[in-house]
Amino acid sequence: MAKQSHLKNTIKESFRMAIESIRQNKLRSILTLLGISIGVFSVIGVMTAIRTLESSVNSQLDIFGTNTFMIQKSPAIQIHGPGNNKIRKRKNIRYAHYEELKQRAKLPQQVSVVDGTGERNIQYKDKRLKKTAELSGVDEWGLRSFKTYLADGRNFLEDDIRFYRSVTILGPDLADILFPFEDPIGKIIQIKGLDYTVIGITERKGQAFGQSQDYFVMIPISVYIQRFSSRWTSLAINVEAESTELYEKTMDEVIGLMRVIRKVPPEEENDFEIISNEELMDTFAGFTGGIKLFAGAVSVIALLVAGIGIMNIMLVSVTERIKEIGIRKAIGATRRDILTQFLMEAIFLSQFGGVVGVILGIAGGNLVAVLLKVPAVVPMDWAFYGMAVCSFIGIGFGIYPAWRAANLDPIESLRFE
Amino acid sequence: MADLISLRGIKRHYDVGGEVVRALDGVDLIINHNEYISIMGPSGSGKSTMMNMIGCLDSPTEGVYEFEGELVHEMDDNQLASIRNRKIGFVFQTFNLLPKATALRNVEVPLIYANISKSERVKKAEKALLAVGLSDRMHHKPNELSGGQRQRVAIARALVNDPSILLADEPTGNLDSKSGVEIMKILDSLHDDGNTIILVTHEEYIAEHADRTINLFDGKIKEDRQTKKRKRVVA
Repeated sequence: MAKQSHLKNTIKESFRMAIESIRQNKLRSILTLLGISIGVFSVIGVMTAIRTLESSVNSQLDIFGTNTFMIQKSPAIQIHGPGNNKIRKRKNIRYAHYEELKQRAKLPQQVSVVDGTGERNIQYKDKRLKKTAELSGVDEWGLRSFKTYLADGRNFLEDDIRFYRSVTILGPDLADILFPFEDPIGKIIQIKGLDYTVIGITERKGQAFGQSQDYFVMIPISVYIQRFSSRWTSLAINVEAESTELYEKTMDEVIGLMRVIRKVPPEEENDFEIISNEELMDTFAGFTGGIKLFAGAVSVIALLVAGIGIMNIMLVSVTERIKEIGIRKAIGATRRDILTQFLMEAIFLSQFGGVVGVILGIAGGNLVAVLLKVPAVVPMDWAFYGMAVCSFIGIGFGIYPAWRAANLDPIESLRFE
Repeated sequence: MADLISLRGIKRHYDVGGEVVRALDGVDLIINHNEYISIMGPSGSGKSTMMNMIGCLDSPTEGVYEFEGELVHEMDDNQLASIRNRKIGFVFQTFNLLPKATALRNVEVPLIYANISKSERVKKAEKALLAVGLSDRMHHKPNELSGGQRQRVAIARALVNDPSILLADEPTGNLDSKSGVEIMKILDSLHDDGNTIILVTHEEYIAEHADRTINLFDGKIKEDRQTKKRKRVVA
């Protein structure tokens, strides 16, 4: 007699039964599956979305040049709360602070200063901007600190800053609007009615967070302070360390100096913020971590509810099939056979639901990718966890109904109508 | 040859609401290979309990039950399931087929629990259905079959694992007389082929098919007699 593995036989048989029972009770099964699907969908969807966000945001947050950090008055990402007043009351960072820091700091490769504002009143002949552009005041190190490269023309010189020269470097998007058919280099544009000579055009960077990074205009920081600053203006200082090894030391020196320059008492916190690529990414990771935790908690609840649904449906299924269980026992099914059969059915039910949830979740999460125009992500690890959790739910919530089925008395079951 | 079945002092008592019901109250019975036995008796006489006992669905409260030398009364649930699977074929009054499965599938089920491979299962199930004259209805579900055909599927299922004994509980009880006659013909010829058959019935004319009739009353054997020998077909 050709024998085969008992388990394999039982699993095959159980799989068949599960399919049959799902097919026979389509609506009921679909509703049960839906519970699991929604639970898995929420977890996979959120995780996929976060992962696409992470991969795109992390590349977009990589805004500073190598070994560069920035000092400014307020944090990069502000959360409304009681701490805000304290930040608002801080002293502004003024040009004098920058000059003193630059003079006294020994370790940095370079120290530069920058500030920006929005400006719409920019024109060349009859061509005007329709949208407000970002106007930055920078020094000769400005391009380098923001990892921006020139496509054409020249950078600002020390003399441009020192002698308040009305010169400007344009982002390519802005240049395209003002100079659709001309070479912009050497041309004179008006910003707020005053003339500036275009000396350079930067390379195209593309979008970040759905916004162009190429729609800006730069002028010397000296000119900027003269014409665009107010008593609320607080500058930002960019510091580049000589090497990765010296990065921490440089930061320590600069923080110490800034405290001295701004006369911060020893027992008080810094009255300025240090912002770097790492710090931006950490802040973002803290933010997504919170979302992940929340999504996890919601999914646990959803899956718990779905599990109870499965248990309920399995109990109904056992009651409906008491006679069948009796017949199967009479012709030789052991307790284990019946237990396996019903347990498998519960597992398959939750697995089907899980597969649907994973597919929908990945699709839904990647919708975020499409919206943000970033590459799609398939989180295989999360898909795997999702399916594993589904199996656990199937076993956890299927074991009691299956146990009840297995322990039915064959004679009573056969008599059941 | 050793006895097929030996029951000695079998008692089966139930406790129903503090009252003891003596469904079987000291039964001694020997059944040999290739016997054709009918068990008769009024309602409540213990027929069904006797049937369940012999079919290893129930265990005695007291007494010794030997099946081909194996001590059934000492067996646990798994061993009982195994003996039902390998050695006993059931035919019920209400057919008890799986309603959603085809005839072929129904006949296959005992072989699944006997761990037989799919190809072999199908082969054996087809052979069993052919033997009861249903080779053209194999892929029909029970609700697409007549009562007589359903009972023939049940007989095929009972026989598919080559059991030592066939237990038929009122096999014609739910059938019209013509189908009943057909089923009895099949049982007779199965007996002629060497099978051991036990028939539970309360119809005298059905019981007459058997060679031996046992009458139960109040859980005890009231009468155990050889009935007229049917004419044996000798090959």
